[in-house]
Amino acid sequence: MNTIAANSTPELTAGPSLSRGPVAMAGLIIAESAIFTIFIVAYLFYLGKSLSGPTPQEVLKVPIVNTICLLSSSVTITCAVRALGRGRNLSFGVWWFATMALGSYFLFGTGREWMRLIYEKGLTIGTNLFGTTFYSLVGLHASHVIVGLAALLVVLALTACGAVQTAHAKRIEVVAIYWHFVDAIWVVVFTVVYIIGR
Amino acid sequence: MEPSAEHISNAEGLALPVAAAPEKSVFEHLHEWVVTVDHKKLGLMYIVYGLLFLVVGGAEALLIRLQLAVPNNHLISPEAFNQLFTMHGTTMIFLAAMPLVFGFANYLVPLMIGARDLAFPRLNAFGFWLSAFGGLLLYFSLIGGEGLAGAGSAPSVGWFAYSPLTSRAFSVGHSTDYWTLGVLIGSFGSIATAINIIATILCLRCPGMTLMKMPLLPWLYLVVSGMVLLAVSPLTAAQIMLLLDRFLGSHFFDTQAGGSAVLWMHFFWIFGHPEVYILVIPAFAFASEIIPVFSRKAIFGYPIMVGATVAIGFISMSVWAHHMFAVGMTSTGNTFFAISTMLVGIPTGIKIFNWIGTMWGGKIRFATPMLFSIAFLAQFLIAGLTGIMLAAAPFNWQLTDSYFVIAHFHYVIVGAIVFMIFAAIYYWFPKATGRLLDERLGRWHFWLFLIGFHLTFDIMHIPGLLGMPRRIYTYEADRGWGMLNMLCTVGAVFQAAGLLILVFNIVRSLLKGQAAGNDPWDAWTLEWATSSPPPEYNFAETPVVKSRRPLWDLKHPTDPDWKYE
Repeated sequence: MNTIAANSTPELTAGPSLSRGPVAMAGLIIAESAIFTIFIVAYLFYLGKSLSGPTPQEVLKVPIVNTICLLSSSVTITCAVRALGRGRNLSFGVWWFATMALGSYFLFGTGREWMRLIYEKGLTIGTNLFGTTFYSLVGLHASHVIVGLAALLVVLALTACGAVQTAHAKRIEVVAIYWHFVDAIWVVVFTVVYIIGR
Repeated sequence: MEPSAEHISNAEGLALPVAAAPEKSVFEHLHEWVVTVDHKKLGLMYIVYGLLFLVVGGAEALLIRLQLAVPNNHLISPEAFNQLFTMHGTTMIFLAAMPLVFGFANYLVPLMIGARDLAFPRLNAFGFWLSAFGGLLLYFSLIGGEGLAGAGSAPSVGWFAYSPLTSRAFSVGHSTDYWTLGVLIGSFGSIATAINIIATILCLRCPGMTLMKMPLLPWLYLVVSGMVLLAVSPLTAAQIMLLLDRFLGSHFFDTQAGGSAVLWMHFFWIFGHPEVYILVIPAFAFASEIIPVFSRKAIFGYPIMVGATVAIGFISMSVWAHHMFAVGMTSTGNTFFAISTMLVGIPTGIKIFNWIGTMWGGKIRFATPMLFSIAFLAQFLIAGLTGIMLAAAPFNWQLTDSYFVIAHFHYVIVGAIVFMIFAAIYYWFPKATGRLLDERLGRWHFWLFLIGFHLTFDIMHIPGLLGMPRRIYTYEADRGWGMLNMLCTVGAVFQAAGLLILVFNIVRSLLKGQAAGNDPWDAWTLEWATSSPPPEYNFAETPVVKSRRPLWDLKHPTDPDWKYE
């Protein structure tokens, strides 16, 4: 059946122009968004329905520095991808490391917040509905930050070995899309937990 | 196997490997299948895995039917009965139907769009092994359900596992944990595979194949995969919450701490109802390939078929609470979900109309795949009609949790989905193996299964209308349900016989079936352009297509389709 691939008009020789990496990442983001939606619905549904204290108003503090760190890591990762596209490998490494540092600080800040809530305020996942929904929603997001940091670390290790070049910019960008998603979802979680819920 | 260019050019001969490759040991063969990333091998593994669990789930159904055949029966204890219907439902949906559906997608989508493999072959293997592990975990509960040291027990919370039945207080031991983890891990596998299928269809189509020149099967799988992303993920989230409740003492579904059992119902059915369409749209996909070929006509109303599928995908996302009319919603809620459910009838009606339009005036060949497809058309219509009856909230209040509901959804799942899976097996078996399934045995399978299906599920509506509730392990003789239940059980035996004939047919045809050649049905889509079975690389040269029926164009150079499309 070789004839099926026979010479045809030139406009017919190209397949679709979409590349698989971003498409798959978009698919993952849609699925993840659905998971987050369910947790957010649960958070909003149980808001103010706890049978005992503490309430969000009593114990939550708005994590402003943390939020600034995480959101600015979106900027640094954009700079990193741009630097790689222009062939500035060292600059890429520096921006990439900065992104990881900001992400790690966010995680550290979340850890400190949880320490305070658990040991000082006595709020655990089993205390009341607020504890249940708060730790699971913020924890779901934090686990995504951890996965993102792991991915960033792999790229950083490869960069240190000199294995990441301009030719890989498109692939690195897929990792960056995931990181942007983790940041964007924080905006939603932040709004729900610290603004609407407080 | 040894792929050689000879397979491709050899248009009518056997495409079985001819090269005298050194004989491989069983372990080498096994190793080859375990480490494979080839979409065809993974597809076949999915299908064999699904068929295996179809037989297991079928055996469970048979036991249920034997218990219910006569009143006051004590064949099975009440506890074992609860475990049987839980395992039957979970097995059939997650371990039989989903793998079968994804298996066909794996095998067919790259071939039909002229690609070498799925977009991410290793992710594909990962998805399969996750699903397989999920299934094993569920059945491991039979050994480890009460904790490894004690005797095992299967989960008994029902396939939708309503809260608070699943809480620590009411589900002691680990059987419910195995249920949750098995389903959770399987759902990760499904999401991975869905992402893979979407990326494949959007990025790897062969030159010339625009979206609107794509065969309907990949189109429908594109919609299905999108639905998997949106519908299976909520299940994942709900299972995570359940795990948190059971292991970390959170209170999502704990009513004593203010949690809500109804929230679980919502989360489960946000998955559960689209899941029906995730399973039935592939059945539509098979019908949309098989009916045209055996009617010798192009599909009637291709763009409308695509549009109707997308519409079904959208609408089915907003109908879930029709499973919950009896829970007590506001009248606005009841009205909304009743109307949205009835709306699904419009695009599905359009589809049935178009399949009949395809057959209309065609030169119909009644081969086994077509027999199953025709039965599918009639049965899916009836299933849809009882569906519309149940969508009316007051009618639903009367019949909720009765055998009428059981009869309705088995009409969808067996009458539509299983029948089309059988049709697809008969239709694509020659492509995957190079040998035709035996037609005579196929007819025996078809008629036995058809008679058995109608005996069981037509009659099952009546005890439902008479008030027989689902999930009871036995009933008193004075209810008058005895004769009807006996007939249902006789039908189940017929179906089991049909299924066994299929298994026998598969084994027999694999060993000494008639050689199929590359294109036994004189079909039109790209998978028939390569050898049977296809070489590992699928196509020696990337195909270029100009219409929806590239093989028609090739066979009829003077009257190609692209002149009219």
